[in-house]
Amino acid sequence: MLSDKDRIFKNLYGLHDWGLEGARSRGAWDQTKSFIDKGRDWIIEEVKQSGLRGRGGAGFPTGLKWSFMPKDTDGRPHYLVVNADESEPGTCKDREILRHDPHLLVEGCLLASFAMGARTCYIYVRGEFIRERERLQAAIDQAYDANLIGKNNIHGWDLDIYVHHGAGAYICGEETALLESLEGKKGQPRLKPPFPANCGIYGAPTTVNNVESIAVAPDILRRGGAWFASLGKPNNTGTKLFCISGHVNNPCNVEEEMGISLRELIEKHCDGVRGGWDNLLAVIPGGSSVACLPQPLCQDLSMDFDTLRELKSGLGTAAVIVMDKSTDIIRAIARISYFYKHESCGQCTPCREGTGWMWRVLERMARGEAQKREIDMLLDVANQVEGHTICALGDAAAWPVQGLIRHFRHVIEERIDAYSANAKLEGAVTEQVAAE
Amino acid sequence: MPKIVIDGNEHDFEDGLTLIQACEEAGVEIPRFCYHERLSIAGNCRMCLVEVVGMPKPIASCAMGVKDLRPGRNGEPPEVRTNSPLIKKAREGVMEFLLINHPLDCPICDQGGECDLQDQAMAYGVDSSRFALNKRAVEDKNIGPLIKTMMTRCIHCTRCVRFMTEIAGVEELGAIGRGEDMEITTYLEQGMTSELSGNVIDLCPVGALTSKPYAFTSRPWELRKTESIDVMDAVGSNIRVDTRGREVMRILPRNHDGVNEEWISDKARFIWDGLRTQRLDQPYIRENGSLRAADWDEALALTAEKIKATPSARAAALVGDLAAAEDIFALKDLAERLGWTHLDCRQDGTKLDPKWGRASYLFNSSISAIDEADAVLLIGTNPRLEASIINARIRARWRTGQCKIGLIGQSVDLTYPYDYLGAGPTSLRELLSDQSDFHDKLMDAARPMVIVGQAALARADGEAILRMAAKLAVHIGALNEDADWIGFNVLHTGAARVAGLDLGFVPGEGALDAAGILDASENGKIDLVYLLGADEIDMDQLGDAFVIYQGSHGDRGAHRADVILPGAAYTEKNGTYVNTEGRSQLAIRAAFPPGQAKEDWTILRALSAQVEHTLPYDNLTELRAAMYEVAPHLAAIDALEPADLGAIRSLASDAGKVKNQSFGSAIDDFYLSNAIARASVIMAELSALKKSSGEGATGTDG
Repeated sequence: MLSDKDRIFKNLYGLHDWGLEGARSRGAWDQTKSFIDKGRDWIIEEVKQSGLRGRGGAGFPTGLKWSFMPKDTDGRPHYLVVNADESEPGTCKDREILRHDPHLLVEGCLLASFAMGARTCYIYVRGEFIRERERLQAAIDQAYDANLIGKNNIHGWDLDIYVHHGAGAYICGEETALLESLEGKKGQPRLKPPFPANCGIYGAPTTVNNVESIAVAPDILRRGGAWFASLGKPNNTGTKLFCISGHVNNPCNVEEEMGISLRELIEKHCDGVRGGWDNLLAVIPGGSSVACLPQPLCQDLSMDFDTLRELKSGLGTAAVIVMDKSTDIIRAIARISYFYKHESCGQCTPCREGTGWMWRVLERMARGEAQKREIDMLLDVANQVEGHTICALGDAAAWPVQGLIRHFRHVIEERIDAYSANAKLEGAVTEQVAAE
Repeated sequence: MPKIVIDGNEHDFEDGLTLIQACEEAGVEIPRFCYHERLSIAGNCRMCLVEVVGMPKPIASCAMGVKDLRPGRNGEPPEVRTNSPLIKKAREGVMEFLLINHPLDCPICDQGGECDLQDQAMAYGVDSSRFALNKRAVEDKNIGPLIKTMMTRCIHCTRCVRFMTEIAGVEELGAIGRGEDMEITTYLEQGMTSELSGNVIDLCPVGALTSKPYAFTSRPWELRKTESIDVMDAVGSNIRVDTRGREVMRILPRNHDGVNEEWISDKARFIWDGLRTQRLDQPYIRENGSLRAADWDEALALTAEKIKATPSARAAALVGDLAAAEDIFALKDLAERLGWTHLDCRQDGTKLDPKWGRASYLFNSSISAIDEADAVLLIGTNPRLEASIINARIRARWRTGQCKIGLIGQSVDLTYPYDYLGAGPTSLRELLSDQSDFHDKLMDAARPMVIVGQAALARADGEAILRMAAKLAVHIGALNEDADWIGFNVLHTGAARVAGLDLGFVPGEGALDAAGILDASENGKIDLVYLLGADEIDMDQLGDAFVIYQGSHGDRGAHRADVILPGAAYTEKNGTYVNTEGRSQLAIRAAFPPGQAKEDWTILRALSAQVEHTLPYDNLTELRAAMYEVAPHLAAIDALEPADLGAIRSLASDAGKVKNQSFGSAIDDFYLSNAIARASVIMAELSALKKSSGEGATGTDG
């Protein structure tokens, strides 16, 4: 369990002052100038050493991502874009950072921008986050007033931070769709390559990072990459904000070490599963887009990127959705499937057509009104969507369905059997046959 | 030169290619829907997926550059597989997704037989459907009289959106809605206003956008296809004329990179209904003020009698804008034999003259050179209406950001921004002397281009303006032998004009030009006028002259005529047309002229016998041989002669007086600019639509 001294987000619950004074008292904006004086390479090296992996879901090493930015400018400006379009169902970690610890993010923006030679930073905030955006803007204003950012600031690196408010489309959390939206266009993902580091917003080199990735950067520099790397597990280092929701006694956000066991996470912080551990049916460990894991796999589950990937699920945003045995798992996945059908941008074929197909089949399966052969068909359709699309929304729509069929095929079959048995009892089937 | 292994064979490719182009070069076919060579890359249909060894997922070959592929660990070239089981499955998957919401209405779909979706479903799809749910239905949109929509069939490839936005330059089509609710629409359901809108019909890979006038008239396999040349403007767009029996059913573009790429204007595409109406299908003779049907013997005898009775100094001939070079040559030959000198092919009164050399009246740089120009000055021209295809090319060049554009003349929407430099010749003179911004841009340009339109030349001071434009071209360095660059261009509007000038169908020494002929007729000094398809003149000015009209349509000329000799339209004869850049191209007969109408040169040949000056050719081959002796360059089909720079330089003398009068427009109504167009119901509808939607409409007109 993470000890208090290793906590980065010390005001996660908003019990203290969110403003500049409060943030300073918790250590923010301390020694910032000295990091900048040490130079870009030092910062990137520290972040690389820390082993920090992107907190937005894909888990790409952040230091490596930063190092992709061109060292020297070819005349085009560099940009840092912070992805605060947190819309993944179950996820609410960035929201808490924006609400209660916005200065960590602002400071992180300065350091990351410096490390990548960016003079402008955009923060793209989810459309529904009205208060959060106001709080973030207030924090930025405070930082401007204190001359921490802006022109001729005390840190010696001119930086302007702009907060941009989205319009509430999930797809705009995909980094290139976010850039399109930021440019004022329809939020549809771009083709890659070229990657944003080459050709991002306005055709200039751009890095898009998650709020949490940026917000932990100042503390990594303050306490050293080695400190961060000492937490967690190899290749899955540091601390992580977990958002536990669903059938637990105390749903919460909590900062924990990477690789904490799921059971410890739930029992220490959430007062356990509703009705006890044995009442657990399944968890979705990383936000709605990853495959669910049934209770047997959850016994000694280590919450980190690599373990979960091996189980064909993922850590994603570390939004743990807990479902106890009262859950209708087919309904639950059908609802998730509806979400992806609704949020598909419609640009590329497999996702546009496949998400609707999967949802409609699942809706029928939830009622049992399907054929057993359709289970394999559904799996095939999901496989046809996965990996064939421009962006990862196709994958995100396919994984929950694949997970459902992988672990709960028997539930679907039972439901179908029950439905047809019931239909027989009601006389529907026999009558039809007789009529023919 | 990246090396790539495609399906086991190693190939070398140029750097800039995408993988789909590379596969094409290697002879491997990649199915695609959204990808189109001349449009931006969307990568959204996912049909062109290929497997790259070492990559976890199949990749869209249209969006992947060959140089983005990394060599293997030991430096071995990247390996691409297009026929692996993974790819077969991926294609079947995409095909299935495209088809689940596509209606099974092929038997009643106009795209049937030439449908990409149909063809590729046959080649790459599976035989049965697993989709047992209801298909999506989408409401049809009304996007004007040319394009029929059946939006349920749409597969969202966005080719049409990209074409309208990028090439046509009119942002009228777009996609609204998200996910499976995405729809292609004109947002507020209005007709499209572009002159190039018909091209989306060709681009649409399915039957979502089809030709409205052609709807349900025939199937592609019933049509005989003839490769020909369009005459609606002087671009000489390459077209394919599809006929069934005697009727032209539709007109489609052919690819010619140097001329029209693969686009044609709406006028070229939808003109075909004008080929069926208002046709002159038998000779007519005016008796007691009204026309009566006659037969050929009678009409020719009367014509010959009148010609023989008219002294050569009191006879004149005018050639219209749709005549083929052969027709012009035969008429010139006959006129010379008769001793006529009042000849003109410039019915609009343009001051171009072959005596200054061919380079003085051609689009010398060639149309494709627009792709290299870095500054374009338009003088008295609205290329959007006069040559929509050339306008699209200028726009494409502007889109690269490497071309500055200036305009002297009417300030109109050209679909791209330009520096407006003034309305008339005064502004041209200022540009010559003054150090204005655009002057500097022209001077700085390595490949500047001056385009002079007919609105600047078809006026009394046209010659002075032409000379001034030539002077400007010399001044800004538009004539550069070293760089092989000649940026002095004349933009014509009539398809027959360049051939007419090439063949010297202009007044002889001291003779009258078009305006002179009309004046003289009005004053009774000309007794006989021979109109070869000349309709764009003021017929009232012909006075009491005996008018012989030879042409295909009952238009202005036929209404005034005393004798009508029915000729063939451009789809009904083998003819040579020379486009504005001097490119000689062959139009091939696709159908026969209606009724008793004949190919035009045969009418002149028959007439020549009656007037006892028999033309010495009995077939088209002999005629062409004679014509090629006079104008050898006409024999070089599809070739461009290098322009004679001396001609332009000697033209660039100081100009005479110019009138301080703004340039007008060469074409008032794009859709009604010639006799065939005026006979077309579709063109009339478009014209009315344009008027009612345009600025200044009162709500009561139309």
